[in-house]
Amino acid sequence: MKRWIAFWNILLKDMRAYYLKPPNISWGLIFPVAWTGMFFIKSGKGLDSIISLLPGVVAISILFGTTSMLAVTVTFEKKNKSFDRLLLAPIPLRLLMLAKTSGAILFGSINAFIPIIIASFLADISHVNWFALVLAAIMIAIASTFLGLFIAVSVSEVFEAQTFSNFFRFPMIFLCGLFFPITSLPIFLRPLSYVLPLTYGVDILRGAIDKGNIMPLWLDFLIILGFCVLLFAISLKNIHKRWIM
Amino acid sequence: MQSKSNNSLIKVRQLTKRFDKLIAVNDISFEVFKGELFGFLGPNGAGKTTTINMLTGLARPDSGSIEISGLDCSKNPKLAQHLIGIVPDESNLYPELTGYDNLCFCASLYGMRKHEREERARDLLEKFGLSDAANRKFAGYSKGMKRKLTIAAGIIHRPEILFLDEPTTGIDVASARQIRQLIANLHDSGTTIFLTTHYIEEAERLCQRIGFIVQGKIVRIDTVISLLQPIQKKHTMVISVLHPDEGLHHKLISEFPEYSIELVSKGQFRIVSEKVINIGPLVRCIEETGGEVSEARRIRPSLEEVFVNITGIELNAMKKEKQKNGRSS
Ligand SMILES: Nc1ncnc2c1ncn2[C@@H]1O[C@H](COP(=O)(O)OP(=O)(O)OP(=O)(O)O)[C@@H](O)[C@H]1O
Ligand SMILES: [Mg+2]
Repeated sequence: MKRWIAFWNILLKDMRAYYLKPPNISWGLIFPVAWTGMFFIKSGKGLDSIISLLPGVVAISILFGTTSMLAVTVTFEKKNKSFDRLLLAPIPLRLLMLAKTSGAILFGSINAFIPIIIASFLADISHVNWFALVLAAIMIAIASTFLGLFIAVSVSEVFEAQTFSNFFRFPMIFLCGLFFPITSLPIFLRPLSYVLPLTYGVDILRGAIDKGNIMPLWLDFLIILGFCVLLFAISLKNIHKRWIM
Repeated sequence: MQSKSNNSLIKVRQLTKRFDKLIAVNDISFEVFKGELFGFLGPNGAGKTTTINMLTGLARPDSGSIEISGLDCSKNPKLAQHLIGIVPDESNLYPELTGYDNLCFCASLYGMRKHEREERARDLLEKFGLSDAANRKFAGYSKGMKRKLTIAAGIIHRPEILFLDEPTTGIDVASARQIRQLIANLHDSGTTIFLTTHYIEEAERLCQRIGFIVQGKIVRIDTVISLLQPIQKKHTMVISVLHPDEGLHHKLISEFPEYSIELVSKGQFRIVSEKVINIGPLVRCIEETGGEVSEARRIRPSLEEVFVNITGIELNAMKKEKQKNGRSS
């Protein structure tokens, strides 16, 4: 019980102090809307293309909504030493890091629905598999949050965290089949696609939106889950090694 | 001592911590007893903060054992963290939260319920004279207010043991005095306190037992009373001489065999004696060699003397060093 009081209050504090701040809310809204608009207009194929673009736009909204948050909630707090307070509290490290990441996961999952809501006005989304869609959004949010965590605990400056996450984010847009199928990538790049968790999340999204998945959904799900566990475990280990001197 | 050892709340054995080649803490052992105010006294870089970090779980010892309240924390420092409160040397509360919210948040980390933590936060703000600033952001607090709130945050969950890392460094005399009073009150109410400081008078006034740490090693641990005892009967005087002659030290030693005379720095002599020091003959002797006495000062027996004797560190040098650091940080 005591631990959950701590968990909940860490989450709540991060929400109040960081996530619900006007710049974040507006970024959280503007970014997905801008991406959505840009792709829908740029594709030039008119409204029919919306459904085929939707998975990529959803994935980008989540990716950008989550990864940048960890630079603040983790790297920044470590830098100004307030993170030491959390490390000194009688909370298991695992639970502590879940509390620090839950906000970003929630924020990212909510971001996913902005393009979906916009699309619902412009196209027919009645045969979407909602269960798979929500599951995919959550899994992508978890995977990209933990990727952000992995980066945040591997560096010591906020700007490093931001630079480093761009190093991952932009290539991922092209490598994970967000807008072009992986099969159209040069053959030597394809192995890269398969070691990035987003690839599998996007595949579930495709399956949910227009049954365009290339792998069975359960396999996608298991693989992305594996990535989440792995990234979280490595991050915990890094915290142990780097922060508890 | 034997009977007290059952009563020890912190038991440290042969604790060592290295940072690459540097040995920050070198094979130290000590105990802190229940209800005690234990002072850890040492110059910059002696290893005080590193020791606290190992005891509280922010640093991993390279070897040695730590037992807190009977729990073996060497491997798993999480075990005792609910018993511990920590006031770090740098305030590390959340700048964007108010004083009140900071306290409530810290209380929640220890699992206190909403009603309880709000009441306790208001109580402490009141007690620490911060009620008026309760709803202001921590970022806008003055140094002294920040330190007070950091102490309040350290005791919000009523810890059995409180670690205070240089609680009065870098703040003005009045605030430092208030903080010392707060520490004394906490101790009176039964909290065991582990205090690091480089202010010898502070340690002497507040602490019951003191460990001297220099370059990672504990050079002496004892009660303030027994530390002071051997020098209580002695008389000490420091004489400063302008234009001292080369052979002055030798001359003084041979002319006044009843005193022990030590050359502290160029032209400065420390004279210690079992009997009252008679200054007239000393001055005459100095003037015969062409020197001029610029200052002669009797030194009241204090821990300062003990510290200098034990560590061989000249105190002024240490203080200056500290002030420099205090200002720049
Ligand atoms: N993270 C670290 N990495 C490398 N060296 C360190 C680290 N932390 C402390 N040290 C070194 O260990 C030694 C002891 O440092 P520590 O901070 O414990 O001293 P201190 O007694 O608290 O000094 P101060 O009075 O300045 O606070 C110093 O030489 C310091 O440079
Ligand atoms: Mg220190």
